[in-house]
Amino acid sequence: MIIMENCLYTKEHEWVRVDLDTVLIGITDYAQHAMGEIVYVELPEDDAAYEQGEVFGVVESVKAASDIYMPLSGTVIKVNTELEDDPGLINSDPYQNWIVGVKLNDSKQLDGLMNAVEYEQFCNSIDSN
Amino acid sequence: MARRFCVQSCPFIVPEIIWNLKSIIIEYLCNLNLVRRRKMGGKRTPLYGIYQKYQGKVIDYSGWELPVQFTGITSEHLAVRQAAGLFDVSHMGEITVSGNDAEGFLQYILTNDVTAMNDNDVIYSFMCYENGGVVDDLLAYKYDKTAFLLVVNASNTVKDYDWLVKHASGYDVEISDISHQTAELALQGPKAEEILQKLTDQDLNSVGFFQFRDNVDVQGIACLISRTGYTGEDGFEIYTDNELAIKLWELLMDAGQDLGLKAAGLGSRDTLRFEAALPLYGQELTEQITPLEAGLGYFVKLDKDFIGKNALVQQKKAGLKRKLVGFELLEKGIARHEYQVVNQENEDIGWVTTGYKAPSVGKSIGLALVNIDYSKRGTIVFIRVRKKLVKAKVISKKFYSKNYKKI
Repeated sequence: MIIMENCLYTKEHEWVRVDLDTVLIGITDYAQHAMGEIVYVELPEDDAAYEQGEVFGVVESVKAASDIYMPLSGTVIKVNTELEDDPGLINSDPYQNWIVGVKLNDSKQLDGLMNAVEYEQFCNSIDSN
Repeated sequence: MARRFCVQSCPFIVPEIIWNLKSIIIEYLCNLNLVRRRKMGGKRTPLYGIYQKYQGKVIDYSGWELPVQFTGITSEHLAVRQAAGLFDVSHMGEITVSGNDAEGFLQYILTNDVTAMNDNDVIYSFMCYENGGVVDDLLAYKYDKTAFLLVVNASNTVKDYDWLVKHASGYDVEISDISHQTAELALQGPKAEEILQKLTDQDLNSVGFFQFRDNVDVQGIACLISRTGYTGEDGFEIYTDNELAIKLWELLMDAGQDLGLKAAGLGSRDTLRFEAALPLYGQELTEQITPLEAGLGYFVKLDKDFIGKNALVQQKKAGLKRKLVGFELLEKGIARHEYQVVNQENEDIGWVTTGYKAPSVGKSIGLALVNIDYSKRGTIVFIRVRKKLVKAKVISKKFYSKNYKKI
């Protein structure tokens, strides 16, 4: 399982990477592995505003659909439309293939996310249960 | 002491699987019915011990710990279409019906005509309730008029057995559930015959579609082999005793290695049967959905007596109120089981029974049970995919042309 040092993480297996004045958001290697082959991604609209914890998109594998939750409150300023034609990009490199770029309402919310070490421990704790 | 005994006598402990010793021992104890319930709370087939060797990803399926996939659902699906796949379907139920009245009894219990079967034939049939709803769909194997094997859905085995016993009074029949001692492997795909033929002297070409042979010697393993399956491809279902299941699996995997054979899981089993429009009990067929509504009237012989006949005759006479149809999404999305189907006016007209982005067909398609007014091909309907309505068109259920062996 790959966990990137330069990302922050949620318990729902989204990653957040600060990129200048916005953050990029995607799903983790753990998530893509658990789901299997991703065949469809439902993306949000540009300019859509979300509260922290709200569902902003859906990732679907052959078998099932999984919601993606907004890790932080903010407004969508870019959407990775490449995933519409090639959703499997998330399987091949989940950290390179971000899903949305978001302008945050309150950057302090970043403090509530897990760092790489914490996230690794979190994943290990799920697997051992 | 007991455990040590098991280790020494366990027939399938060989060096290459020694790493999995613990689960094999537990499996062995389970096969002896000494251990039944596990960590996940699920039941395991005799093949549980080899899943890990083939990277199987285990999930709970109706109380069974079964592999949803090995290398990947899509690659396994395509392997079955283009070469072959091997499935562990040992969770399926096997019930024997024998005795002087076996044929007459099943003629009354099943919707299909068992008197029209030759010895060594297999038929697909339903058992129905009085109201025409489905107890289960199954395969019936006829050894002769006095001996049949029914292969039923795992989650219905107990219900089916009880149903058979309940209706057996007055018939000279003996009904036995032999599921716990029977393993079943499904070898499916265009290369299936070539692979299996390497391991047996039985001429497989002579085994026609929906025929079987009992006591076939597969490298010393006595098997029942039928030319049946659940994928829309040619192939075989192979039954043997639990304790020989791993040996049989490994023999088949070795024999198929050069021919593109892949271990396949429940995920591709479902996408394959769906593309071939083969029904799944609990989705296309239930206690509330009749075989006529599911478009499977071919397997219901209304010119004989059987449980549920009156209701089905009446349903046919009155005309169906709803019907299983195929549909294709005209916009982006994937329709899933139980998603609502609505008309242009946003009125509820039915639900999706199965839907996928289908690996071989390449489209986002589904089966839905809809109000009869919306069942004509070309009709525009809408599928409620979360908060959105996605436009769809009713199409033929023949998503994929089946490649069965011609008799």
